[in-house]
Amino acid sequence: MILLALNPLSLLRAMPGAVAQGLIWGIMALGVYITFRLLDFADLTVDGTLATGGATAVMLIRVAGMEPWAALLVSFAVGMLAGMVTGLLHTALGIPGILASILTQISLYSINLNIMGKSNQPINVDQYRLVVSSRYISGDALMKLKFYGGVILGCLILVAILYCYFGTEQGQAIRATGCNMRMAKAQGINTNFHTVLALMISNGLVGLSGGLYAQYQGAADVNMGRGAIVIGLAAVIIGEVLFGKFCAGRKMAFAFTMVAVIIGAVIYYAVIAFVLWLKMPSDDLKLFSAIVVAVFLSIPYLKGRFGRKGAAKS
Amino acid sequence: MSGEARQYALELKDIHKTFNPGTINEKVALDGLELQLEEGDFVTIIGGNGAGKSTMLNAIAGVWAVDRGSIIIGGADVTGLAEHRRARFLGRVFQDPMTGTAATMSIEENMAIAARRGRRRTLKWGVTKEEKSRYREMLKRLDLGLEDRLTSKVGLLSGGQRQAVTLLMASMQRPKLLLLDEHTAALDPKTAAKVLELSDEIIRENRLTAMMVTHNMKDAITHGNRLIMMHEGRIIYDVRGEEKQKLHVSDLMAKFEEISGGEFANDRMILS
Repeated sequence: MILLALNPLSLLRAMPGAVAQGLIWGIMALGVYITFRLLDFADLTVDGTLATGGATAVMLIRVAGMEPWAALLVSFAVGMLAGMVTGLLHTALGIPGILASILTQISLYSINLNIMGKSNQPINVDQYRLVVSSRYISGDALMKLKFYGGVILGCLILVAILYCYFGTEQGQAIRATGCNMRMAKAQGINTNFHTVLALMISNGLVGLSGGLYAQYQGAADVNMGRGAIVIGLAAVIIGEVLFGKFCAGRKMAFAFTMVAVIIGAVIYYAVIAFVLWLKMPSDDLKLFSAIVVAVFLSIPYLKGRFGRKGAAKS
Repeated sequence: MSGEARQYALELKDIHKTFNPGTINEKVALDGLELQLEEGDFVTIIGGNGAGKSTMLNAIAGVWAVDRGSIIIGGADVTGLAEHRRARFLGRVFQDPMTGTAATMSIEENMAIAARRGRRRTLKWGVTKEEKSRYREMLKRLDLGLEDRLTSKVGLLSGGQRQAVTLLMASMQRPKLLLLDEHTAALDPKTAAKVLELSDEIIRENRLTAMMVTHNMKDAITHGNRLIMMHEGRIIYDVRGEEKQKLHVSDLMAKFEEISGGEFANDRMILS
C-alpha cells in the first residue's frame, strides 16, 4: 500500500505553513469576493495585482528603506491603481469586463518586471523587520502565537472595516450596482463610478495580500500571482459551500461570509498540503485547483438543470 | 388659467429615436413625439405592440439618448443628462417585478437607496434608526405583512410584494414624474388590482404627476385624468377629463381597429 509509505508527521508539519498561507491569501480572496460576488464582475486583474503588491513592498523596503508595514499601505494603494485602470477601461472605454481585466493583468507583468528590474527579488527576514515571515512559524511558541494572533487579528479588522463600509451609503450603492444595474441607475446611482470604486477596493486588498505574501515567503516574484484568481474563487466557493447555510439569514451575515471566505482560503491551502503529501506532483497543482473550482462553480447550474431528477432519487 | 408662461410638468418636443439605424433591423421607435403634461396629470398610455409606449418612458428616463428633440421635466431640460442624473426627478416602476429592486439586499436597504435618490452617496451609515421606523410605518400601510420583515432580502418576496415596495421606493423624495411601465402586467389579476389601487393611492396622496403604460384598456379608462393612445411612435389620440370618463372599452377598440385596418391611411385622418 502506498499510503503506508506516507508519513503522517510530515503532513502535520506542513499544516502551520498552510494555515499561514491561507490566511494571507484569504485577504486576496476577500478582494475576489467583492468583485465576483458583490459586483458580479470576473476580474482577472488580480493575477497581476498580487505580484505588483509584492514587488512594490519588497522594493520599497529594500531600496527606499521603508518600514515593512508602511510598504504594505503602498501595496494597497498600487493595487487600487491597478483596479482603477481595469475599471476605467471597462466603464469609460466600454471594453468588456473580463477583457479589460486581462489587458491590465498583462500590462502589469511588464510593470512588475520594471518595478523589480528582474523577475525575482528576495528580501531577507534577518535584515528587515518584516510584518510576516515563514520564519516566524518555525520559531518558539511565543513567536508563533504573535504571528498567528497578529495575522488573524489583522484579517478580522479588515472584515470589520469592510463590513462597515458596505453598510454605508456608498457601500450600498456598490452592492446595488452589482446586484441590479437597472435598479441602481433608476435610483440615481452612478453605476460606472461605483464599479470603478469596487474594483479599486478589491485590487487594493489583493495588492495588500501580495505585499504580505512577498514578505512571508521572503521574495517577490513576477509569477507569484499566476492563477491567483483561481485560488481566490476556490476560497470563495469553499467558504460558501461549507458555511453558506450557517451564514445565511443571520445578523451580520455579510461579516460571517467574509470570515468564511478567509477560512475557505485556509482550507484550500490545507487541501493543497494534503494532496502534496499524497505525492501529487506540484506541477499538477494548478490543474488540480482549476478542476476543483470548475466542479464547484458548475454545481449550482447542474443542480438547476437536473434538480428534479436528483430530488426524485433521494 | 394661472399665469401665461405656463410651466409643464413634462414637455416632450419633437422626439425622434431610431434603433439600429442603417441596419436590416432598423426601427423608427419615436417619430416626432410631442406631449405636454400638466402638474398633477395622471395619464394612462395605450397602444399596440411597438407603438412606442415603453420607448417613450425610456426616453424620458434617459436609458439611451434620443436622436432629436428635447425633454423638459418641470422646466429643467434633461435631454443631455445621463440616466442616473435624471433619476432625481423620476420615480420608476417596471414591468418585471425583479427590475425595480435589488434582490440580494434587504427591504430597508432598498428603501434607503431610494430615499437617497439624486443625492451623493457618502460614507454615512446606509440606513439610520429613524429611517427604519419610518419605513416600518410606510410598509404597514401596504398591509402585506412586510413591516416585520425590514431586514428580509427582497428576493424572498413575491412579485406583487416587490412591485408594492418598488412603488413605495418610487414615491420617495416626491418625484416630479412617476413612470409606471406596465407595472401590473406580470402579476396575477388579484395582485394586479391591488397594486393598481396602491398606485392610485400613492399618486393621489403625494399629488404626483404620473404616466402609466398599460395593455388593459379598462384600467386605462378608469385610472387617471387623461388617456393617450400611441401608434408608430406618435400620439394619435389624447382625451382628458369628462370626455375620458365617458369612454368605453368599445370606443378604444374601435380606435384600435381604425388604426390597424387603415395601416396605410394617414394618422391625421384618424384624428379628425
